[in-house]
Amino acid sequence: MSEIKIPIGPQHPALKEPESFSLTLEGERIIDAEVKLGYNHRGIEKACESRNYIQDIYLIERICGICSHSHSTCFVQAVEEIAGVEISARAQFIRTIVAELERIHSHLLWLGVAGHEVGFDTLFMYAWRDREAVLDILALISGNRVNYGINTLGGVRRDIDKEQSRKILEIIKQLTERTEYYIKVATNEPTFSGRLSGVGKLSTEKAKELGAVGPTARASSIERDVRRDDPYGAYAQIPFKVITDNHADVLGRTIVRVFELLESYKMLKYLVQNMPEGALTVKVPRRIPAGEAISRYEAPRGEDIHYVRANGTEMPERVKVRAPTLANLAAIREMLRGGFLADFPIVIAAIDPCFSCTDRAIQLVKDNGAETVDWRQLRDYSIDWHKKRGIDLSRI
Amino acid sequence: MEIVWTLLYMLVFPGFLFLTTYGMICEWVDRKLYARFQSRLGPPWFQPEADFIKLLSKEEIIPEAANPVMFRLLPLFALASVLTAFLYLPIWNTAAIYSFSGDLIVVFYLLTIPTLTFFLAGWHSTSLFATLGSVRNVTQLFAYEVPLLISLLGPALLSGSWSLSEMNQFFVERPILLLVNIIGFFVALIAVQGKLERVPFDIPEAETEIVAGSFTEFSGKLLGIFRLAIDLELVVAATLISVVFLGGSFGLHPVLGFILFIVKTLLIVAILALFRTVMARIRIEQMMKFCWRYLAPISLFQLLINILVKAWFL
Repeated sequence: MSEIKIPIGPQHPALKEPESFSLTLEGERIIDAEVKLGYNHRGIEKACESRNYIQDIYLIERICGICSHSHSTCFVQAVEEIAGVEISARAQFIRTIVAELERIHSHLLWLGVAGHEVGFDTLFMYAWRDREAVLDILALISGNRVNYGINTLGGVRRDIDKEQSRKILEIIKQLTERTEYYIKVATNEPTFSGRLSGVGKLSTEKAKELGAVGPTARASSIERDVRRDDPYGAYAQIPFKVITDNHADVLGRTIVRVFELLESYKMLKYLVQNMPEGALTVKVPRRIPAGEAISRYEAPRGEDIHYVRANGTEMPERVKVRAPTLANLAAIREMLRGGFLADFPIVIAAIDPCFSCTDRAIQLVKDNGAETVDWRQLRDYSIDWHKKRGIDLSRI
Repeated sequence: MEIVWTLLYMLVFPGFLFLTTYGMICEWVDRKLYARFQSRLGPPWFQPEADFIKLLSKEEIIPEAANPVMFRLLPLFALASVLTAFLYLPIWNTAAIYSFSGDLIVVFYLLTIPTLTFFLAGWHSTSLFATLGSVRNVTQLFAYEVPLLISLLGPALLSGSWSLSEMNQFFVERPILLLVNIIGFFVALIAVQGKLERVPFDIPEAETEIVAGSFTEFSGKLLGIFRLAIDLELVVAATLISVVFLGGSFGLHPVLGFILFIVKTLLIVAILALFRTVMARIRIEQMMKFCWRYLAPISLFQLLINILVKAWFL
């Protein structure tokens, strides 16, 4: 059979965000895959440079709808490091509680999406129904379902009281039962596990070479978890296991995620029961002294890295965000090659991609490839473009 | 006078009007059960009708590269073939409206035509996803068709007739023999799931992989007719299984027989809905393997049982 090239994306039902994959097929087999980024660049990093640190927290929180807390915590940690501020233990615990709740909601969401991608809509409905319980808790704690707005420079904005703690423990108990049921489904249901095992193989060596992070790396038996390797928040004080698996395929990634759910329940229980007393916030100056910091954070999808450079004013000089999906995208090509077209959606879904969070423009290259465009040129171009259409934006 | 009756059979009962109404009811039952199994609320009873009317009122878009005549005709072929098939099935008593020896094969053949029209529809759309879907359509046809036919031949062999009406009469007189075909019944249920292209065998229209498979380029009325044909196919397939494996109306009074028909077809629809609730979509090569390695030998085994039963007891 001759080779055909099919475009998957930027618009395709399997992709919830615009991203382009060009697959070369021989019959149903994928020979090669090409990944193209850059359909969803939003200029968030640049926008951060013209806002003060407090405003930036809210902007950064909106990088991702699912791991919003991950990004804002990561950013806040970097700024606090530059400012030399140590936040209270209670604030650390509250941040960590929200972080783990977010991980639970993200992993349950992923489980549902995985079910949907292989046509198992029942799992999708079940997992998302249970996810509602977590979202309810998050709404109870923070007032919001996805962008919690709990972080602020020097601590957290809201406390968790006795009643809320009780509610968290109650829901955890209920979810533990449900998750144990999903573990059974994922490993025993023949059509489901048949679709997952042996699909999207990524060997340990390859995973290391391509720099995979998070559950994708851990499913290839790489024990890599920022929570343990470089503890932040309250993670240094709580006992937990890093879940790994040696399947090195989509089934492995599923197993890692569902067992991480169980681990998160245990961590939450410990966090809620051992919450120390203390102030919620400490004072942070409006002007952050000059300096720079890198902050690492284990988001549900993997390691999230933020770099912040301060120049002594109210606004950061540079903010750089590396979302975990970017680290995992390199491995996608390796995972797709040699697989079936039918497995393409689940292989992509298995890294739990978040394309919109990933897109960053580093350099703009003109069509001829030789010339690069810098910020001033781009601005002039935009002003010209609008002027031709009768709008004068040169004074903004 | 004869012609009036014929028209009445074809257009009103049990033909077009009854079948479309019942097809939509079956679709609703299927969707509602599927939703309830997933702890969702599910659609209201008029949802299939509303969907159909909405599709009829939508614009038809025919790709430039497609052959417009074929593109318009194929949905009608699919609809006509399932409608014709229904006339040969006994409904309220053991005799169908039209019957001749060998109509089992004709019904089976007429039920294959929709799949072929899906293939041609996808092929004529000339879009990549539609082409891939249509290739999968035909590949899948080769997987489920053989086990389905063999499992239907079991009861035919036992009754010594290729006519659905005579087969039904035979089993009504000796209902105990229905138990012999129990394996074939399950094989047929699974194979029919493949024929109707539902989870776990919805490979040709796998939404997350190839958009809508063969139907990717279809819209408006044409898609509406295809959807209707699939609904009718569900009814015809359920009736076929009920007649062949469950004894149809059991030769009771026509009113009771009709109620029995409704109960049995809805039961089969419910079983099929359960199937698609508890399973994930499998890959095409997994399906081929499953059908040829397990389903076909099991249906052959059923055939062997029937031969032995016929040799010793009849």
